[in-house]
Amino acid sequence: MIFDRIAFRARDAHQSASASDLSRRSFLRAGAAAGGGLLLSMRLPFAGGEAEAGTSEAGTSEAGTSESFEPNAFVRIDGNGEVVLTMPYVEMGQGTYTAIPMLIAEELEVDLKQVRLEQAPPNEKLYANPLLGVQATGNSNAIRGGWKPLRLAGATARTMLVSAAAKRWKVDPASCRAQSGEVRHAPTGRSIRYGELAAEAARMSVPENVTLKRPEEFKLIGTPAKRLDTPAKVNGTAVYGIDARPPGVKIATLAQSPVFGGRVKSVDDRAAKVVKGVRQIVQLDDVVGVVADHMGAAKKGLAALKIEWDDGPHAKLKTEEIARELENATLNSGAVAQNIGDADKAMASAVTKVEATYQVPFLAHATMEPMNCTAHVRKDSCEVWVGSQALARAQAAAAKTAGLPLEKVVVHNHLLGGGFGRRLEVDGVVRAVEIAKQVDGPVKVVWTREEDIQHDMYRPYWFDRIVAGLDENGKPVAWSHRFAGSSVIARWLPPGFRNGLDPDSTEGAIDLVYDLPNFHVEYVRVEPPGIPTAFWRSVGPSHNVFVTESFIDEMAVAAKQDAVAYRRGLLDRAPRARAVLDLAAEKAGWGQPLSKGSGRGVSLQFVFGSYLAQVAHVEVSKDGDVRLRRVVCAVDCGTVVNPDTIRAQIQSGIIFGATAALYGEITLKDGRVEQSNFDTYRVLRMNEAPAIEVYIVQSSEPPGGMGETGTSAIVPAVANAIFAATGKRLRKMPVDASALKQPA
Amino acid sequence: MTFSIKVNGDTHQVDVDGDTPLLWVLRDVLGMTGTKFGCGMALCGACTVHIDGVATRSCITSVDSIGKSQVTTIEAIGATPAGARIQKAWLDREVVQCGYCQSGQIMSASALLASNPHPTDVDIDDAMSGNICRCGTYARIREAIKHAAQSNG
Repeated sequence: MIFDRIAFRARDAHQSASASDLSRRSFLRAGAAAGGGLLLSMRLPFAGGEAEAGTSEAGTSEAGTSESFEPNAFVRIDGNGEVVLTMPYVEMGQGTYTAIPMLIAEELEVDLKQVRLEQAPPNEKLYANPLLGVQATGNSNAIRGGWKPLRLAGATARTMLVSAAAKRWKVDPASCRAQSGEVRHAPTGRSIRYGELAAEAARMSVPENVTLKRPEEFKLIGTPAKRLDTPAKVNGTAVYGIDARPPGVKIATLAQSPVFGGRVKSVDDRAAKVVKGVRQIVQLDDVVGVVADHMGAAKKGLAALKIEWDDGPHAKLKTEEIARELENATLNSGAVAQNIGDADKAMASAVTKVEATYQVPFLAHATMEPMNCTAHVRKDSCEVWVGSQALARAQAAAAKTAGLPLEKVVVHNHLLGGGFGRRLEVDGVVRAVEIAKQVDGPVKVVWTREEDIQHDMYRPYWFDRIVAGLDENGKPVAWSHRFAGSSVIARWLPPGFRNGLDPDSTEGAIDLVYDLPNFHVEYVRVEPPGIPTAFWRSVGPSHNVFVTESFIDEMAVAAKQDAVAYRRGLLDRAPRARAVLDLAAEKAGWGQPLSKGSGRGVSLQFVFGSYLAQVAHVEVSKDGDVRLRRVVCAVDCGTVVNPDTIRAQIQSGIIFGATAALYGEITLKDGRVEQSNFDTYRVLRMNEAPAIEVYIVQSSEPPGGMGETGTSAIVPAVANAIFAATGKRLRKMPVDASALKQPA
Repeated sequence: MTFSIKVNGDTHQVDVDGDTPLLWVLRDVLGMTGTKFGCGMALCGACTVHIDGVATRSCITSVDSIGKSQVTTIEAIGATPAGARIQKAWLDREVVQCGYCQSGQIMSASALLASNPHPTDVDIDDAMSGNICRCGTYARIREAIKHAAQSNG
C-alpha cells in the first residue's frame, strides 16, 4: 500500500541503534503533567518530518512541521508510578494494546503491568497514523510506525528520571541505574520509585541524546507477554460498539436498497407499526429503519414491512458482466506500475512462453460483530458510540450527516468485534446518524447479518493477464503482467491515486523477491458499477500474491522443476526470502511422499515489511472436496516484539485466507448480492481448520507488519497444493469443487 | 405478555411478545450484553447460553419456550466449575483475539466439559464446530479445552 512506501523509508532510518539521527526537538517534549507527574508528548516522526514526502504523496499531510510541535502520542508517569500511554491505534484483536506498551516498557525499565494504554480521542490532526497520514489502524503498521519513537520516548523518560534521582542524591547520574520502575544507586544501596520522582523529572532538561538498547539487551521485547485486553473478553464484560447502551437507547434495524443505487419507492408499514415494541418507522431515500424497544421487535417489524424498491440503474447487474469488463480492460494497456529492462524484447527471445489469466472474486468481511452504530442527534450536538478503525473519519462523517461542526460531535470508540478493513469505512456511522436525526433520543442501529453481508463494501474483483518467457534452462528472462480492478485508495485517500496508479493495488505485484531481469507490470483501474469496494485484510497482496505465486508455480512446471527448487534458484539476491523458504520446506517435509489425492503447495512473499513462506498440505476427495490438513509457515518479520502475538496473527491470517480460498465469493444477480448469512457465505469452522505450525526466524532488523501477511500467502499455497494433488491448476478463486471432481 | 424467566439465578419479569428470541431479551431488555449477536439463525454460535446446562443458541430460542428452566450466560459461567476452568484455560492459552465470538465459544466449551470431562478431538469438533471465529482462534480453542480437561484431574 501507499503506506508501505513510507514504511520502507522509515526502515532505512531505523538501522542505527543510536538516537542521534533524529532531532529530539522535532518529535518529543517533556513537562509536568496535570496532577504533578511527568508527561512526554510525542510527534510520531514520520507524519511530520521524515516522511513529509510520503504524506505529501498521500496528500493528506496535516501534520505540523518541526517548528510547530503538535504531539500525537503521550506517555504520562503519575505520582503512583503508573505509566499511561495515549496512543492513536485501536485494538481489534491483533494484540496492539499489548505490543505497544512493550516498546515503552522495555526502555523505561518498568513491568508491563505498570503500563496502561488509553486510546486517543478522534482528532485527525493530532493522531494521524505515522504510516497512514490519517488517524486509522490498518495496513499492519502500528508496531512498524511506533517501533523507534516509542522506544526513544521510553529511554528519554528513563534518562530524566535517573537525572532527577541523581540530583536529589547529589550523585553522578552515571552511578545510578533504572530497574523495575525505580532508580537505584548501588554504591549507597538507595532506591526511589518512579512515582516519587515523576514531578522532579518533569523539571529536568530533555536529554539531547539517548541510546537505545541493543537487541541482545532486550528483556521484554521478544518475550511472549500476556495480552492485556483478554480478561474482560472471557467473562462478558468487554464492551464492543454493539454493547453501547446510553440511557434511554432505542434499538433500530434497517433495510437498505437491495440493489446498490436503488431507492425506496413506497412503504406499507401498517403491519410493522402494530408489532409490540415497535416505536417508529423511519423512511429515508434508500433505507427504511424500524425503531423499537429491542432488536427482536425491530426485526419482527422489519419483516412485517412491505417495501417497494426502485432498483435504479443496476437492476440487471451480474458478476459475469463485471468480470467481462475487467477481462476486456486487460487487453488494452494500463498505467505502468513497474518497468525493469525490456520485457517485450526479452520475451521475443524466450525459448518457452508461459501464459495465464487469473481471477479473484468480490469478498465480504463478515466480521463477527455485525455492523452497528449508536447515535444521539440533538439540535446542536451529536454523540456517536461505535467501534471504528478510523475514528476521526467517523467523527467527520457524523458531523457532515448531522449538519454540525466537527467540534459538536463526540465519538466514543469501543472494542471492535473484528475489523479486517470493514471498520475503516464509516457508512454505518452515516446510516445511524441519518436515522438518529429522525428519532428523539439515542438510537442503536444494528444491521442484521443479512444486511451486513449484502451491504458490505467488498474486496475488489480482479482480473489478471500474465506472460513469462523462459530460457533454455527454464529461467525467466521476461515477465509481463497486467491487471484490472478497483482502486480503493482512489476513493478512500484520493491523492494517493496518481498517474493511474496506487501503491496498494500494486503491492505484491511490482516488488517480487525473485530475480526477474526484464519485468513489466501494468494496472488498469476499472471501477465496477453497482458494488462498492473497500480494503480487506491483506489488501492488494490478497490478490497479487495469489497471482504471482500461482504463476511462479506454473513457470516451474513449464521448466520441469520442483516448485521450491525453482524459486530457490531465483533468490540469490534475497537471502532473507531464501531462508524462510528453506525453513518452511524443511519443516513441512517438502519432497517426502504423500498419499494419493494429497499434495503440497508452497508460496513465498515479501509484503507489509515481512518475509513469509508457507507450505500447505491438502487432500482432495473424489468428489472434488478440498481439505486443508496442515500449513507450515516460516516468517522473518524482523525484530520480534511479541512472538505469541505473531503466532496468533499468522494462525488467524491463515484461517481468514483459507476461508477465502476454499469458500469466499460474493456474487451479484439482478443487482443483488446473492449471499446473505453464514449458510451461503461459508467460513472455515473448527472441524475444517488445518494444523498450523509457525517458525520464526530470529532477526534484528526493524519489525515488519504481521496482521495480514498470513492471509495473502495461504491462497496460492492452497492452489499450488491442489495442483500437486490433482494436476489441475485453479486460476480462479475460490476453489471450484466441480472442477476437481473425478469422473465416475 | 409478561414472562418470568430465571437468568443466572435471578428471576426477571419481561414484557415482550412470546416469540421474542431470548438473545434480545438478555441484551436489550435485561442489559446483559455479554451474550453476542452474530447471525440470528443459529449458524455462528455467538449467542450461545446454557438452558439447564445445555448449550443453546439464544437467537432462535423464543422467550415463551423457556418456562421454569435455568438460563446461564457468560456473565455467570465462571461460577460453575467447568466454566471457571474454561475461562482460566482461555487466558492461560491466550485464545482470544477480537474476542467477540468468545462468549459463545466459552459457553459451548463449558457445556462440553461439564458433560464430558475428557473430550477427544472428535468430541471437540462436534461440540465446537457450530461456533464461528473469524479471527481463526480454533487451534487455541482446541488446546485450551484440552488444557482445561487436564486440570479436571
